[in-house]
Amino acid sequence: MTTITSSRPTAQAGRAGFAHLLRAEWTKFRTVRGWVISVIVAMLLTILLGLFISHGDHTVPCSTGPNSSCTYAALPAGPGGESVTDTFYFVHRPLTSDGSITVRVASLTEVTESGTTSQGGPASTQPAAVPWSKAGLIITAGPSQGSAYAAVMVTGSHGTRVQWNYTGDTPGLAGSVSAASPRWLRLTRAGDVISGYDSADGTSWAKIGTVTLPGLASTVQAGMFATSPGSTKQTSQQVNGSSGTAVPTDATATFDRVGLHGGWPRTSWTGTSVTVRGISPYVTGHEAGYRQAGGTFTVTGSGDIAPDVTDGTPIDSLLAGLFLALIAVLVVGAQFMTAEYRRGLIRATLAASPRRGRVLAAKAIVLSGVSFAAALIASAAVLLVGIPLLRGSGNFVYPATALTEVRVIVGTAALVAVFAVFAVALGAILRHGAGTVAAVLVAVILPYLLTAGIAVLPAGAADWVLRITPAAGFAIRQAIPAYPQVAASYTPSSDYFPLAPWAGFAVTCAWAALALALAAYLLRRRNA
Amino acid sequence: MRGSLHAEWTKLRTLASTGWLLLAAAALTVAVSAAAAAATRCPSGGCADDPARISLTGIYLGQAVVAVLAVTAISGEYGTGMIRLTLTATPRRVIILAAKAAVLAGLVLVTGTIAVLCSLLAGGLILPGHGIGPSHGYPAISPGDGPVLRAAFGSVLYLALIALLSLGAATALREAAAAIGGVLGLLYLIPIIAFAAGNANLSRHLQQIGPMTAGLEIQATTSLNTLPISPWAGLGVLAAWAVGALLLGGLLLHLRDA
Repeated sequence: MTTITSSRPTAQAGRAGFAHLLRAEWTKFRTVRGWVISVIVAMLLTILLGLFISHGDHTVPCSTGPNSSCTYAALPAGPGGESVTDTFYFVHRPLTSDGSITVRVASLTEVTESGTTSQGGPASTQPAAVPWSKAGLIITAGPSQGSAYAAVMVTGSHGTRVQWNYTGDTPGLAGSVSAASPRWLRLTRAGDVISGYDSADGTSWAKIGTVTLPGLASTVQAGMFATSPGSTKQTSQQVNGSSGTAVPTDATATFDRVGLHGGWPRTSWTGTSVTVRGISPYVTGHEAGYRQAGGTFTVTGSGDIAPDVTDGTPIDSLLAGLFLALIAVLVVGAQFMTAEYRRGLIRATLAASPRRGRVLAAKAIVLSGVSFAAALIASAAVLLVGIPLLRGSGNFVYPATALTEVRVIVGTAALVAVFAVFAVALGAILRHGAGTVAAVLVAVILPYLLTAGIAVLPAGAADWVLRITPAAGFAIRQAIPAYPQVAASYTPSSDYFPLAPWAGFAVTCAWAALALALAAYLLRRRNA
Repeated sequence: MRGSLHAEWTKLRTLASTGWLLLAAAALTVAVSAAAAAATRCPSGGCADDPARISLTGIYLGQAVVAVLAVTAISGEYGTGMIRLTLTATPRRVIILAAKAAVLAGLVLVTGTIAVLCSLLAGGLILPGHGIGPSHGYPAISPGDGPVLRAAFGSVLYLALIALLSLGAATALREAAAAIGGVLGLLYLIPIIAFAAGNANLSRHLQQIGPMTAGLEIQATTSLNTLPISPWAGLGVLAAWAVGALLLGGLLLHLRDA
């Protein structure tokens, strides 16, 4: 380092100067043995913890009720690769070419079990309100679980919808079905393009949505269906998050005025209970089936045609050990700045580089680089080794696309790097080692702990905490999205974050940028 | 010992940071507790929430400030070199640690009492309006109620034990930042690992040995039979951690050069 004589150094000298500065900060980090050892030990312990977690048994216990699919060896996968539930009652006929089916839904009612009998005898039933019970028209590409489909349906309390391939969902008319206000539904097929329409009176129709099912065979099964997901009863909201039991429900729908146009061969209707063999999701004493009386069909079904979000383990659940590496990085990051003040080294540092903002930048770059590398190695090792281990011990791990896996691994490493910058910046602001470490741990770890780890905060407040605090960035590791069309407990304590992955990451980046800006300002203003 | 106590009291009293940290510990505890109570709603009265626990949520934050206070009480001396003077004046080093522990515990007990009482007062005022009160079948938050008294008294003791644990850790580690990182890491990390561990049995064991998870069971006033560890036994676990840390700190203080 040389003293800068000119008040306006050339750009060239500036760049070289910054490279020197980076090298100086790297040397400072490298030569403090405690820091290097801390980061390496934390990285190794993180990997061990990840393997330790993947050793555990994550399978949903079988006591959660008949609607749970705990006996599945593996859940079926939909066309998009996601795990799905594909269980409903189907009254169908083959459709060999283009054509359409029109139907009037006169009623949709659901029942559930009221109380359980200890002897396993038939429990009595009672009417239930199931918001996502479904009944309507469906065209499926094949009989196997997870086949492509397109459907138009009425739901318990979410109006008419067109849904396709498990994840697709478009709303139509609002309001629920009753004898006074029935719903007319129509599904038309032209090649591999399927359109869904709805109408309140059977004369004025509105198109809800058009779906393309690529490679649809010329002969498909089409007809009426009914299904109803088990409703989860909140039984307790304990310190360790909320737990619930799934209660089976059935939906019964009445269809009439069935109108067929196009390529429907002359066969009769067939009733099929589409399900995984051996699983009976029905209310005890109830059977799936249909009755035909004249032109009226009464169809009873149970289950769901939707992504599965409750029966498997998402890959990100292995990453809890990363908090160990994160704590180490935060402690080192805080000290990286505050140690200079304690030892008086800051005066030499600032004398060597009078442009103080650059010192801060160099420190942030060096520490975030080190943290990124350590966290990347740890998270990649945990996931690449942990997932096969978890599957090997009989757990069902939700499949994730390569893109999602990369986002979880690299995103987590990037998050740790951003947190490291946050710690360096807070160190420059507070200048006090213990205070900085406490502040940064409280800002980063405590919000996650209170909302997810031990979940003392109620769900609504927890969502807000994870939207506005630096802990929002943990959303980057969420591997399974929350689906609005599947009722489940999408709370932080079930690994669901209120913000989308990159949005949460952006909140953390904003905190780090804010802290960095304040730190640069104070570093320039204050005496060292 | 009396001289040491007086010296430690003078040192702690005359530091500007002590007053601010104690004030921050109390204020943050009460603020977070009141916010948690305000955010909790139980419209049907059917939630399994524990009113005393909700009203004392702020302890999770307040303990971090208490830990900073305890750590700086000893690390500050190493930072400035004051420790050499202290040890010259009192060659029996364990006496110094005992005096520091006594003064710290006294300060934290007084501050903790104020913070816990204000938190419970806030909870008692806010929660009944949100569906969690005596008229909804929940125990009232009053000092006359045995479990609530235990939660209040235990939370104050909890804060004091956290101060002692931090003091012991800081005496052993000497670096303030490392000590606070170690203590808060120990407190915060164990529940996160227990939460993620798939095995319910293992998770329960982790909660039984974690100083924070076990210690804070003292706040439970409802569904006591589902706790991983009973309230007083849990506080005992934290006490064991604190005593262990102090013994280790004392031993190292005795053996090492300052």
